[in-house]
Amino acid sequence: MKKQYFINANIVDPYNSINENGGLIVGENGKIEAIGKKVNTNNLPTREKPIDLKGKYIFPGLVDMRVFVGEPGYEYKENFRTLSNAALSGGVTSVVTMPNTDPVIDNVSIVDFLKRRGRDKSKINIFPCASLTQNIEGTNMTEFGLLANKGIIAFTDGVKTIQNTSLMSRIMNSAKDLGCLIMQHAEDYHLAKNGMINSGIIATKLGLSGIPDIAERIIIERDLALLEKIKCRYHISQLSSASAVEVIKDRKNEVKFTCGVSINNLSLNENDIGDFKTFLKLSPPLRKEEDREALVQGLKDKTIDVIVSDHKPEDEESKRLTFAQAATGASGIETLLSLSLELYHNGSVKLETIIQALTSNPAKILNINKGNLTIGNDADFCIVDLDKPWIVKKENLISKSKNTSIEDKKLQGKVTNTFVKGQELFKI
Amino acid sequence: MTLNAMHPDIIVIRHQDSGACNLLSQKVNCAVLNAGDGRREHPTQALLDALTIINRKKKIEGLKIAICGDILHSRVARSNIYLLTMLGAEVNIVAPSNLMPKEIEKFGVNTFTDMKKGLMDCDIVMMLRLQNERMTSSFLSSNREYYEYYGLTPDKLDFAKPDAIIMHPGPMNRGIEIDTRLADDINKSVIKEQVELGVAVRMACLKIFCE
Repeated sequence: MKKQYFINANIVDPYNSINENGGLIVGENGKIEAIGKKVNTNNLPTREKPIDLKGKYIFPGLVDMRVFVGEPGYEYKENFRTLSNAALSGGVTSVVTMPNTDPVIDNVSIVDFLKRRGRDKSKINIFPCASLTQNIEGTNMTEFGLLANKGIIAFTDGVKTIQNTSLMSRIMNSAKDLGCLIMQHAEDYHLAKNGMINSGIIATKLGLSGIPDIAERIIIERDLALLEKIKCRYHISQLSSASAVEVIKDRKNEVKFTCGVSINNLSLNENDIGDFKTFLKLSPPLRKEEDREALVQGLKDKTIDVIVSDHKPEDEESKRLTFAQAATGASGIETLLSLSLELYHNGSVKLETIIQALTSNPAKILNINKGNLTIGNDADFCIVDLDKPWIVKKENLISKSKNTSIEDKKLQGKVTNTFVKGQELFKI
Repeated sequence: MTLNAMHPDIIVIRHQDSGACNLLSQKVNCAVLNAGDGRREHPTQALLDALTIINRKKKIEGLKIAICGDILHSRVARSNIYLLTMLGAEVNIVAPSNLMPKEIEKFGVNTFTDMKKGLMDCDIVMMLRLQNERMTSSFLSSNREYYEYYGLTPDKLDFAKPDAIIMHPGPMNRGIEIDTRLADDINKSVIKEQVELGVAVRMACLKIFCE
């Protein structure tokens, strides 16, 4: 690989507190050699022709902590190849994959398969999760230690929640002993039973069963009560309600834990469901505008650590059904960054905070050396035209499934190039 | 789509899932008539109820109408709330909290958990069927307790106006939501008339969409 010189870029790297106009040098080994304002035309070798980015932005490659890939079992929805192409077009260079596959990622032998497929088919960094319980049944724990030794980065039941409090305390004990990260999808099943959307006026109007916000709060409060006694690495996958943000804010000083939010819940509310749009059947559900505002505020004041895409590809046949029968989830990895930038463009959240929640914060929680542009590290980064207007059209999506929650939405800001280990793998 | 290949003029659909008729209407080339959409709407029932009320009371505007019972699972209740409030009636909703949909008061109705208060001075008492088939967990302790507190009995009916009429979309659970004597009381119950006008309203709907 030839040495690459980029100049005249706006570099935002929250991990290294860089937010300045400057350049980036990528070495022949694909590592970062130099970065920042000291990299400019005055101190580059004259024989080299630098690439002038003309004020475009450079961000570290995004780390998306919640991604569903169809392998194994649902390859027709998404495979590692299509996922990595979709991710690259959105500036995402590292993903944490959920274990909700068929078979479930719950034992050591399947991890080998997963790693092999990830290595052979994917161009981005894949960090697989295994399930907390065998076959995601919520009864017996998986082998955290052995799985972690094989390269499992975290444990979660993905779309499912550990309901049994006694089991949850045992999971926390094991996670504490073995230093494993556990991630909870917070929803009390009894309260959320048969629920499809937020409990309230929209559910009443559409005649759909509701999921009350208390279903989320109760699991969070229960887990934090356990966590007070059993100090393990604990992360709440996604918050959806103002009430949950309030609890987190109260407890963050006392107990050590982290939490995330889906870009869907930061950008949309229950009114967007309109006339039974099944692409907006999500888990956790979209809630009221007040909830969305509280989540944005939580991101702004750093109560919330991470933004995820909650990328859940579903084929048309799984969505072209009545709301009750339709699959849950939306494809979102390609639009994660652009949709997040909406919060910057409308003045809600600082650019640096958004990029932090998409890069260095998830990397820190996962304990991986990604999401930063430190000298000597892999040159995983994206170049972004921050103002470029574009419209989301499902026929233009790269992901194998086209179930975007924001069809026809006008966005501002687009990834123009993405690099992994110094190699340009996506270009507009 | 195979339904289009049959070249129908009208498709009449009743489905257990809310939104099923919306989904169908997006896919077919003909008129789709909603004959009961999950727990969301049942428009022809509301039309026939309004017609029955007009037949008996000569108007709807200004009437006080109580809709009582399993509101949560009722498409009839939602359609009637839309239509009757639109036509100027004052609507009281009477149900135990477990069968009261969230934020129903935003539809412009008054809500009551005490049936006697909800029936006070009403012109129309509309009872709904307890939809046990839609209840997946314990909403109520027992039918006999429900009858005691939310079943329409003569002593509760006394709180409504003396000339109040009783309606029910059928089928009835006699002895659960309604006292069987009241259901058959020809001076008060218009339930049979509802059924009869139901045929007329549905004939009219078919005629309109065929033309």
